[in-house]
Amino acid sequence: MAVTKNDVLEWIRAYAQVIADNEDYLTELDSPIGDADHGANMHRGFKAVLDKLPANEDKDIGKILMGVGMALLSKVGGAGGPLYSTVFIQMGKSIDGKMEFELADWANALEAATQGVVRLGKASPGDKTMVDALTPAVEALKEASEQGLTLGEGLEKSAKAAEEGMIATIPLVARKGRASYLGERSAGHQDPGATSTFLLLDTAVKVWAKSQ
Amino acid sequence: MKKLINKPEDVVLEEFKGIELAHPDLVKVHYDPDYIVRADAPVKGKVGVISGGGSGHEPMHGGYVGMGMLDAACPGAVFTSPTPDQMLEATKAVDGGAGVLHIVKNYTGDVMNFEMAADLAKAEGIDVEAVVVNDDVAVKDSLYTAGRRGVGLTVLMEKIVGAAAEEGRSLQEVAELARKINGQGRSMGMALTSCTVPHAGKPTFDLPEDEMEIGIGIHGEPGRTRMKIKTADEVTEILMKPIIEDIPYEEGDEVLLFVNSMGGTPLIELYILYRKAIEILEAKGIKVVRNLIGPYITSLEMAGCSFTLLKMDEDLIKLWDAPVKTAGMRWGV
Repeated sequence: MAVTKNDVLEWIRAYAQVIADNEDYLTELDSPIGDADHGANMHRGFKAVLDKLPANEDKDIGKILMGVGMALLSKVGGAGGPLYSTVFIQMGKSIDGKMEFELADWANALEAATQGVVRLGKASPGDKTMVDALTPAVEALKEASEQGLTLGEGLEKSAKAAEEGMIATIPLVARKGRASYLGERSAGHQDPGATSTFLLLDTAVKVWAKSQ
Repeated sequence: MKKLINKPEDVVLEEFKGIELAHPDLVKVHYDPDYIVRADAPVKGKVGVISGGGSGHEPMHGGYVGMGMLDAACPGAVFTSPTPDQMLEATKAVDGGAGVLHIVKNYTGDVMNFEMAADLAKAEGIDVEAVVVNDDVAVKDSLYTAGRRGVGLTVLMEKIVGAAAEEGRSLQEVAELARKINGQGRSMGMALTSCTVPHAGKPTFDLPEDEMEIGIGIHGEPGRTRMKIKTADEVTEILMKPIIEDIPYEEGDEVLLFVNSMGGTPLIELYILYRKAIEILEAKGIKVVRNLIGPYITSLEMAGCSFTLLKMDEDLIKLWDAPVKTAGMRWGV
C-alpha cells in the first residue's frame, strides 16, 4: 500500500481541476474578510503548475513537488503564493528521491509543510489561517501511522480533521493576514486559506484511496 | 460589473501595453516577469529605488517610475502582491552599483515576497535594503493583527526618497531617510462605496446608500467600523483626529498634508476636505507647509478619501520640492 509517482501526478492534476471548479467559491469566501482574490490567484497558480508539470514528470516525487512549489512562487503572488509554494517545496524536500511513499512518509511530509508555513507566516493554530486545517491533519496522520492504520484510513482521517479545522475557523477572530484588519468583524466567516488546504487533502483521499 | 475592460484576465497586461505606448520617454516595460523601469536604467552610481504591490492603485506604483522618484515598479495582479522573480529581475535591472532600496507596504504577502526577492538579490551580490511602510492608524498595531498597513505615506516616501537617491545619497542614507519618513507620517481613509475587482465581477463588500466605512485600506477590504454617512466636515474630523493624536503632531509642527481620492471621489470634494483639515490643523497650531491633493493611491473606482500627515523639516521640504518627472507626478522640469 503505497502512493506512487503517478498517483502524485494525478493528485496535482485533480487539485488543479478542483481549484478551477471552486475559483468563485474561494473568492466569495475571501470577499467579506480579505481582498477577493484567493480563487483567482490559486487558479492562475495551478494553471502554471499544469504547464510546467510535463517537464518534471520523469523525475522523482520530491522533485515533482518542488517543481510545483517553484511554479506557484513565480505565478501566484500575495501571501498565498509563498505559503502554498512552501507547502509543496517542504513536502518535496521531505519525500526527495522517492518514487513511492507510505503513510508515515506522508505524515512527515505534511508535518514539514506545516512547519514551513508556520515559519514563514508566523501563524499559530487559532489565528484563522491555513494552519488551522494543516495542524489537525498532521496530528491525524501521525496518530494513524502510529496505530498502524492503512494508508486509505489515514488519508481519510486527515481530510476529516482538516475539514473540522476549516469549519472551526468560522467563529474565530483573525490574527494574521488581511482578515486581521477587521478585528471582531472577521468572526462568522470561514477562512479561504483553510478551505483551499482542506480541498488539497480531500483531493488526496479521493485520488489516492481509489488507486489502492 | 460595468468597466472599460476587455477581458478581466488581460487588465494588467493591457494597462502595461498602454503605459509602454504612452511614456516611452520615461519608462521601459519588461514582460514575463513584468516590471516597469525608468528609460535610462540602470543609472550608474545611483541607488536604485524599487516599489511594487498589487495593481489597482494607479498611478501608484508604475506611474511613479522616472527621474526623481522610482527606478522600477513591480505590479502584481489586481490587489495581489507581485512575485519574488519580478522583484529580483527589477532589482538587477536598476542596480547601478550603489545598491537598491525596496519600499514595501506592510501587507503579509508583500513583505513575504519582497523578503524572498531581497535574499535572492543578495545571493547574486547586490546590496539590498528594505523599508516597510506602515502608516495606517486605522489598524491597531498589536500581536493580534498583521500590523498597520502601508497606505498614503508610501507615495510621499517614494517621492522624497527618490529625490535623495537622485541627489547621490548612499544606500544607508536613503534607507535611513525612508525609515525616518515612516516614523513621522500617518494616514487614515474611508469609503463611500466598495470597488469591484475585475476577476471577481461584483463589489467586494456591500455598502448601503446611507452608510460609509471608516478605516478602510486600499484593497477594497472593509474598514474597522461602519456608520451612517456624515458631512465632509464631520468625516474630516473623524479621520484627522486619530492621525493627529497618534504620533502625536504638536503645536509648531510643520507638515505636508496629503488629501487623496480612493479613485471615485472628484477633486471638488477633496478641496472641501482639504479646507476643513486646514482649519483643524490651524486650531492646533500645526502649519501645513506643503500639500498634495488628488488621486495618487487609489482602490480602483472606490469613492472615498484618505488623509496623510507627514512631519516636515528643511531636508524633507528640499527633497519634496526637487524635480520629478514621472507619468503620475511631475514638477520642476
